[in-house]
Amino acid sequence: METTVNINAITENDLSWKIDYNTDRCTRCGRCIATCTFAALEMKVERRAFTVSEDKTPEPKRLFSTTPVVSQVSTLKNHCVGCGMCEKVCPNSAIRPLRNPETREPLLNHPGGSPIKRGGRTNVSVERTLDLIKVGRISQMTDPSLDAQRHTFDVLSPLGRVLSPTEIPIKIENNELNISGTMPPVHWIYPIIFGDMSIGALSTRAWEAIAIATAVLNEKYNMPVRMASGEGGMPVKLMKSKYLKYMILQVASGHFGWNRIIKAMPEMIEDPAGILIKIGQGAKPGDGGLLMAAKVAKHIQEIRGVPKSDLLSPPNHQGLYSIEESVQKMFLSFNAAFKFKVPVAIKVAASSSSVSVYNNLLRDPYHIVGGFFMDGIQGGTGAAMEISLDHTGHPIVSKARDAYLAAVKQGMQGRIPLWTGGGMGMTGSLAADAFKMICLGANGVFAGKIIIQLLGCIGNDHGRCNQCNTGLCPTGITTQDYRLVKRLDVDKAAETLVNYMLSVDTEFRKLMAPIGNSSLPVGRSDALVSVDKAIADKLQIPYVC
Amino acid sequence: MCRIGCIKSLDPFHPRFALNLMLPQQKGHDNSGFALVMKDLYGLFEPYKKYPLLSYSSTAKGREIIEAYMLDRGFGRPVFQWKPKTKTFNTSYDFEKMAFYGFEAYALPVITQGTSEEEKGEFLLNTRLELRELLESTGDGYIFSFWPDTLTLKEIGNPNHIGDYFNLWEENEPILAKNIMVQYRQNTNYDIVRYAAHPFFLQGYTLCANGENTNYVKNKEAQQNLHRGYIGFESDSQCFLYTLHYTHHQLKWPLSYYKHVITPLPFDEMDSHPNKALLLKLRESLTHLEINGPNTIIGLLPDNTLFTTCDSKKLRPVVIGTDGRMVGITSEVPGLNMILPHRNAEADIYPNERETVVIGNDLRIERWKQQ
Repeated sequence: METTVNINAITENDLSWKIDYNTDRCTRCGRCIATCTFAALEMKVERRAFTVSEDKTPEPKRLFSTTPVVSQVSTLKNHCVGCGMCEKVCPNSAIRPLRNPETREPLLNHPGGSPIKRGGRTNVSVERTLDLIKVGRISQMTDPSLDAQRHTFDVLSPLGRVLSPTEIPIKIENNELNISGTMPPVHWIYPIIFGDMSIGALSTRAWEAIAIATAVLNEKYNMPVRMASGEGGMPVKLMKSKYLKYMILQVASGHFGWNRIIKAMPEMIEDPAGILIKIGQGAKPGDGGLLMAAKVAKHIQEIRGVPKSDLLSPPNHQGLYSIEESVQKMFLSFNAAFKFKVPVAIKVAASSSSVSVYNNLLRDPYHIVGGFFMDGIQGGTGAAMEISLDHTGHPIVSKARDAYLAAVKQGMQGRIPLWTGGGMGMTGSLAADAFKMICLGANGVFAGKIIIQLLGCIGNDHGRCNQCNTGLCPTGITTQDYRLVKRLDVDKAAETLVNYMLSVDTEFRKLMAPIGNSSLPVGRSDALVSVDKAIADKLQIPYVC
Repeated sequence: MCRIGCIKSLDPFHPRFALNLMLPQQKGHDNSGFALVMKDLYGLFEPYKKYPLLSYSSTAKGREIIEAYMLDRGFGRPVFQWKPKTKTFNTSYDFEKMAFYGFEAYALPVITQGTSEEEKGEFLLNTRLELRELLESTGDGYIFSFWPDTLTLKEIGNPNHIGDYFNLWEENEPILAKNIMVQYRQNTNYDIVRYAAHPFFLQGYTLCANGENTNYVKNKEAQQNLHRGYIGFESDSQCFLYTLHYTHHQLKWPLSYYKHVITPLPFDEMDSHPNKALLLKLRESLTHLEINGPNTIIGLLPDNTLFTTCDSKKLRPVVIGTDGRMVGITSEVPGLNMILPHRNAEADIYPNERETVVIGNDLRIERWKQQ
């Protein structure tokens, strides 16, 4: 006997997103289908049945018609990801994706025994620590607030090894101090770094948009924002240009792109802003880097010097076996490579053990560790298994505080600038997040996901899109398919990023002024309060309610 | 707001000048404390200038603890004690009197013979810190200073009453000095302890300040690891003294760099500075010692050089006036009018945010511009 339903067949209501489609409004123009990079829509013909009666007395007639409609493809391979491109292009508002709270997709989508892979960041949302912290110490009367419009503010942070006053080679002559020797390079830069997303993870055009925004912010608006390259090399033309000084070059365990960087070095007319040795990242920590073969287009193969295949940066640097040795080997060699004129920093994943690493580096006797970048669980990535994204990693806020207080305990706060990232700006205000992190002890922050969201990425932390790993990015940002990349208006994207940063700069002043600080309040935890007791206790700030 | 002041004179003078300097500046509720530090002592103290003078207030038990400790450390009995001719304490006085106010000069123990001045300075500091710890552990008193030629008096309560009790309004005793730094305090925090009252003292450095130290937490976190003498932090203004001591005494940097440390030039201004590289390094290295106002600082160095400087933005008031034989620095000009009525007030100096005004022992006034 035939059953009425085959419950193992995949249907729309098994999937995470369902298409809400209005036949009456649809003109069948086909734009939604053409724009869906995931082939989650198709045209089909639906049979319709009507019963009509045309006489004075009921004389029912059953009529049938066939209607062309847009339909959701109900397969696990071509499931809708909620990106909303169909809605964006529909001239009649006839179609849109809707989240399906009853989805069974996480249980079912394991073809051939494969775990779910995606990009983005953790989708296991919890109430965010930074949103439970307020700037609660407002200067009044005895310590008046500053005027955000009128006063001058120094919104700059160091990148580079900062010496203690007794280590600075100072000569006292005729009641004057003078420098009498060489010192590690330190650059004072904007306290927000465009975090390291590689060419490869990003399309060349998206990467270029960030680079353009960086140059505009520096050249036109005098905001010394730096951009970290990510592990994927750099365009040779950029390396030989004066704009190299705004770029922080990243080296990670795959060393992708470094053959071209090394070859370009003799022709560099400027030093890069810094070197960032990536040991780990906040998203999927311990997992190394991953660029899926789908994104290893010809130009990526050329920049990285690799064949088309999944590109894996190993979880660790194969030649390193201890912190001391990493200082000796990697830091020294990169410092030497750039003649000790470029700060060399390290990026690690926030973890239960990262304070120990920081403590150890603080004792660096050669003064060659120029920055400690720590990345938290809410950082983003281009490709990872969902299990890693959702369930591994360490929140950044308390870890940054722990690291700062560990340095305070040794009297070494600020000696190795502490830069923190992982979800900065994820609820909309990069300035507020950065400011709070700085009050807790960070020198500055780095941000990635919010940067691509400003470029046009529509992914979010509630499962929307997150298809950065597929090469099918509907916004042209995390794909190497030139047809998709064309969707991105590079100039407009750069302009949006510049405008956002200009507003961030104003917002910084609006936060510095009421607490009475004209320079960044690094370590001014007294400026913060928390409406959550446990957070307040952990961070050693007052609890308020 | 605390009213602060310092008088420096070619001729030794009585503390009543200091009280008169502060009296016309009183306003509102001004009852939370009074403190003064006298340096370069004369009168009763002149024969004992070379001996470290211990200034403290204590209970009877505290006095016994001090006596036992000083004997144990080889100081012996005091070579001189000043016992203030106080009035009878009565209930109309609005302050909490301690049982003893000690001002005792001691000869240095034999073990310090042959040691350098610097080593003697360390020894005196250690002695003061140990005594302080002893008294703190039992709650029996306060040690304010232990240094040659230096006297400190601190008390909580109505300053006029305190001055009256100690008979400081009348010159019936030759208690004289060439430098007196003083504070009348209007405290915004009722949980006050004597150590919170300015001026603060450390190894010959004396400093008072008014205003709130916006960067108190970061200053404190940086200083508590810099030197064993940087303790207490009962007042956020102690940070100014510790930074002065650190830059001038520990790092041995000239006084002019104190200003560069506490209020570094903005980056834009630094850019065009001929010694940009140095200033940048100082700012990098000592960023946690920066202040952000609003403050006026008055300091005395171990050699009794007097100076004043302000924060770079929010500026508490301060004025400097002189008649040629006496210089007064204080928060508000009525104070100067009281002690220097015949000076040329048009020549009074109202320093700006980038200045350090320095007065030498010959009373020559220099205005150093931070540039």
